[in-house]
Amino acid sequence: MGKSKPSDVAIEGIPPVSEQEETKRIPERVLIGKVGLDGHDRGAKYVAHILRDAGYEVIYTGIRRTPKQIVETAIQEDVAVIGLSLLSGAHKRLLKQVMDLLKDRGAIDIVVVAGGSIPSSDIPVLKAMGIAEVFTPGVSSQSILEALASLLKARRQAA
Amino acid sequence: MAKPDDGSDHRIEEARKEWETHVLAPALKRAPEADHPFTTGSGAPLKPLYLPQPSSEATYLERVGFPGQYPFTRGVQATMYRGRLWTMRQYAGFGTAEETNRRYQYLLRQGSTGLSVAFDLPTQIGYDSDDPLVSGEVGRVGVAVSTLHDMETLFRDIPVGRVSTSMTINSTAAILLAMYLVIAEQQGLPIQALTGTIQNDMLKEYIARGTYRFPPHPSLRLTRDLFVYCTKFLPKWNSISVSGFHMREAGATAAQEIGFTLANAICYLDIAVKAGLEIDAFAPRLTFFFTAQSDLFEEVAKFRAARRLYARLLKDRFHAKDPRSMMLRFHTQTSGVALTAQQPENNVVRVALQALAAVLGGTQSLHTNCRDEALALPSEESVRLALRTQQVLAYESGAANSIDPLGGSYLIESLTDRLEAEAEQYIRDIEQCGGMVQAIEQGYVQRQIEQAAYEYGQSVETGSRVIVGVNKFREEHEPEPETFLVPEDTEQKQIEAIRMVKRSRSEQKVQESLGAVERAAQTDDNLMPAILEAVRAYATTGEICQRLEHVFGEYEPILD
Repeated sequence: MGKSKPSDVAIEGIPPVSEQEETKRIPERVLIGKVGLDGHDRGAKYVAHILRDAGYEVIYTGIRRTPKQIVETAIQEDVAVIGLSLLSGAHKRLLKQVMDLLKDRGAIDIVVVAGGSIPSSDIPVLKAMGIAEVFTPGVSSQSILEALASLLKARRQAA
Repeated sequence: MAKPDDGSDHRIEEARKEWETHVLAPALKRAPEADHPFTTGSGAPLKPLYLPQPSSEATYLERVGFPGQYPFTRGVQATMYRGRLWTMRQYAGFGTAEETNRRYQYLLRQGSTGLSVAFDLPTQIGYDSDDPLVSGEVGRVGVAVSTLHDMETLFRDIPVGRVSTSMTINSTAAILLAMYLVIAEQQGLPIQALTGTIQNDMLKEYIARGTYRFPPHPSLRLTRDLFVYCTKFLPKWNSISVSGFHMREAGATAAQEIGFTLANAICYLDIAVKAGLEIDAFAPRLTFFFTAQSDLFEEVAKFRAARRLYARLLKDRFHAKDPRSMMLRFHTQTSGVALTAQQPENNVVRVALQALAAVLGGTQSLHTNCRDEALALPSEESVRLALRTQQVLAYESGAANSIDPLGGSYLIESLTDRLEAEAEQYIRDIEQCGGMVQAIEQGYVQRQIEQAAYEYGQSVETGSRVIVGVNKFREEHEPEPETFLVPEDTEQKQIEAIRMVKRSRSEQKVQESLGAVERAAQTDDNLMPAILEAVRAYATTGEICQRLEHVFGEYEPILD
């Protein structure tokens, strides 16, 4: 599994995660993965890179993981967020399987976000499954980082 | 090249200084240049003005020359599009073979001159439509072909003797080609007459595209078996399409696209030579596949540089004698990553520009993307518009009237030289790694591409690179676009089709032929004859792959 140390380079305008909190905390862990058979990983690798730059600890799974492998890795690595990239059109089926498995394993506190070529008409369906956020093509790093920060904040408050 | 070698060059140099002092400097004082960097699409710096190179006739003859003649900088045919236009070949496939067959008939009626089969991911990786592992993926990004029966449906009422067919298939190339050969037999056509291309390029699957199944060494053995079989029995068939497209689309620069693709070609040529094939028997059937992105000039120079570098490689390194071995013939697809989900109608313009680059660069065949492909698979209307774009270029633009129309442009010749030199350096770097397989295993190529993709992304985010409608000239409220949906019942239909085939085939024949595939895999014999027999017996793509996997194992990528 690809792990990296959080770097202290911040994306302009977004302070590193550690500075966003009053007290210093361990960087949050994020799993970035490709689920299903599609091998288009440019976007996933890019997001992994910007998250590392922003101070997150990123676990990148590589391509062609099954929903089960994603969930197992997420639990093993104790991640706060799972970010999945899908460009094959199989998002509804595969994300449903991931959400069901997380429920079975009692890991519903993990925030799940998705990105890729996902038609906007499918977004309400995905949100109803419990996907917290869906990032479509052209979204900026800044929006991803902001969305993630606020989802994590809500998660900490709920805990 | 540095020193002026005659009086006229000297006069140009004098005049340039004069112009800089008396015309340029005051102009800059009045109004400076914009303060963003001026670069090619790949980020390489550009001078404000390109001037004639101090040159001689000898340099022209050696480096540029004539079309249809070494080093083929100006094109591979002597007549280029004045003799015959490029093949208009639209990549298509979705859902069931039935639905895709209808799309092919439509494309041929609209004036397409070749077919290009998009298979779904399960087929590309070697799983049948009824495998629980691939639930949700059937027919999504291409057509599902699990058995010979699906292939029969796919080519129903399409005479394979009259169209050339290109198949984007790699891990399972041998199986799908075998099915196509049986279709030719069924239509009463001798397989020797078949024209078309099989992608069969595994190296770039490990680097960028991801439809691998077996580890590199057994995969390349399958590649070799196809080379040998095609060289022997399919003299008009292209046994590989070495693809830079996917590496560039994953983020590589133009120079990397040429360098990595030709480094892959070197690996394949070495395999063919090692298998005992004569270079001049094999190389003429090796083809290429590149992308065309939006920087018109860089792309045109890229195609020219690739042709020249490849010709030199074949002549100097592989000692080819037949000029046809030295010709880099290629298919182009316009860029997928350049398409935007925002204001999708802008994509029509991008596609036209990119297609023009391919034509000015001398492509042999062309796929133009559809405006809605950043969102979903294309609708029939947008497929037609994409094809019409090619037809406008061919018949109205004038781009097909003279050969290599940008040749001799100071900018184009300079970019051609630079890209060739940079690409050659990448080839040397890969040799430093110990060759392409080692470079992939070390992650060298993947890292280079990832870094370039990151830099590209950052240039968009900071706004130093403008993407119209994305980071500039945005619309606040975009209308909801209508997208094409793959019919939801595809998977069910496919599962039923497989059940039907399994009920009607001879189970004994299937098991015998599968046993023969597995035994052949254990030896070093050519796998094609055994795979052909299995396909004829209606063994499925998944069943054949499973037997191969017993022997070859499954590829597990190493992550950095």
